[in-house]
Amino acid sequence: MTGEPLNGPVPRLGRMPSRWRIHGTPVLCVMLGSMVPALLPLISQSPTLPPLGLLFLVSWRLTHREIWPVWIGAPLGAFDDLMSGNPLGTAMLLWSLTMIALEFADERLFWRSYWHDWLIAILACLFFLSGGFLIARLSGSAAPFMLLLPQMLWSALLYPLIVRITAGMDRWRMMA
Amino acid sequence: MARSRSRRPGLNRRAQYSLFASYVIAIAGAIAGLLALILAKADPAGFGVLRAGAAELTRPVSATLSSMVTGIGSIDEHVVAYINAGSQNSALRRQVEANRVRMIEAQAIEQENVRLKKLLRLTETTKSEVATARLISSTSTTLHRIARINAGLGQGVRVGMPVRAPEGLIGRVLLSGPNSADVLLLTDSQNIVPVRRASDNVAAISTGMDDGTLEIRPLSAGTSPFKPGDVLVTTGTGGLYSPNIPVAVVVALKGGFAVGVPLASPARVEMVMVERPYDANIPAPPVPAETTGKPAGHTP
Repeated sequence: MTGEPLNGPVPRLGRMPSRWRIHGTPVLCVMLGSMVPALLPLISQSPTLPPLGLLFLVSWRLTHREIWPVWIGAPLGAFDDLMSGNPLGTAMLLWSLTMIALEFADERLFWRSYWHDWLIAILACLFFLSGGFLIARLSGSAAPFMLLLPQMLWSALLYPLIVRITAGMDRWRMMA
Repeated sequence: MARSRSRRPGLNRRAQYSLFASYVIAIAGAIAGLLALILAKADPAGFGVLRAGAAELTRPVSATLSSMVTGIGSIDEHVVAYINAGSQNSALRRQVEANRVRMIEAQAIEQENVRLKKLLRLTETTKSEVATARLISSTSTTLHRIARINAGLGQGVRVGMPVRAPEGLIGRVLLSGPNSADVLLLTDSQNIVPVRRASDNVAAISTGMDDGTLEIRPLSAGTSPFKPGDVLVTTGTGGLYSPNIPVAVVVALKGGFAVGVPLASPARVEMVMVERPYDANIPAPPVPAETTGKPAGHTP
């Protein structure tokens, strides 16, 4: 009932995956997602790439509740801010709130299906992007909200792929 | 998927405390983020060191990638050229474009000469180029239009310097790290450039619209004097950008202002040049206390 065998590491040939691999993989995965806009030689004229860091964060968090404490949103968010070009504090604040909200959602939702997860991820993206928009507006930008719509759509459509990638990495993480 | 194991710790005191502590830390993290935002609003360059460090971390990868890929943005151009009339077309179009920019510049310089001869008190400008660099990445997930170049303090790039490409103006340096710098692009809504029409002296203000276009507002009241096809160049007012750098071409009229498109598309330019601010007579930012204490009057 508790899904214990799925949540714990699966030893192969009597070996256990190292602690670094168990705990480091999800964190590195999210950080890599945050670094994508800084790594790609893409000079965009409007927000084009989806917030990959957030998508990976939500995807890992929904796959395994136990891997992270509630406060993981703050340090990972701070790293995302440094990489993405948002004012420092944007993702720190919004990701922290998202993680706390997910914690409460977990207490309420008794059964979660794939569609629930997708919906949760979409809501998280909407919250993050509109929050970032509000913060940019407060700091003097005059961008219209319309600019965000394509980015929101792509984030929503990309989530299934993100889940596949997360699942693949999770298999590798668990099996030594 | 079944409900995951509850974090509810039951009667275990230690587990209760650690759960409570993790919530406290999470909320503290959110508050820290809020404080950082307020600090960033009060002092926008405050966290520059951290961001410059992050830029150094990713620079090797993005610089290598950008040197391998010669402009993702130019792919469409090649495709169109192939469909139309083969590879020659693309080359010819580039040549025409280059000639057009030359012509605009020549036209503008000619006019500038007439004006300058009246002024007589000419200041000779030295070679103003500081460094050439490549645009290596940009903030493609956020609403801010900031691009990164692979030249920084080590190459002489300082905050506030104008950045241009052969085709036209790109923006100005927002933040400079050891070997990379962030450039606020022309199309960001916080980038305001005084411009004038190249053919005559109608002055206007260009403001970014964050979506790749510019809002061109004439300084004089009344209906907009611009029409599609007008080319705008910098005036040199304000002392940052040197005069006669091509900025934008007007593509549409909307209400009281004109919509312009930058002549130098950041996605297509291969190299950019960082230049010195045009007018060195602009007073420098307040100097630290130790230099102000020096007795004045020693200079001839």
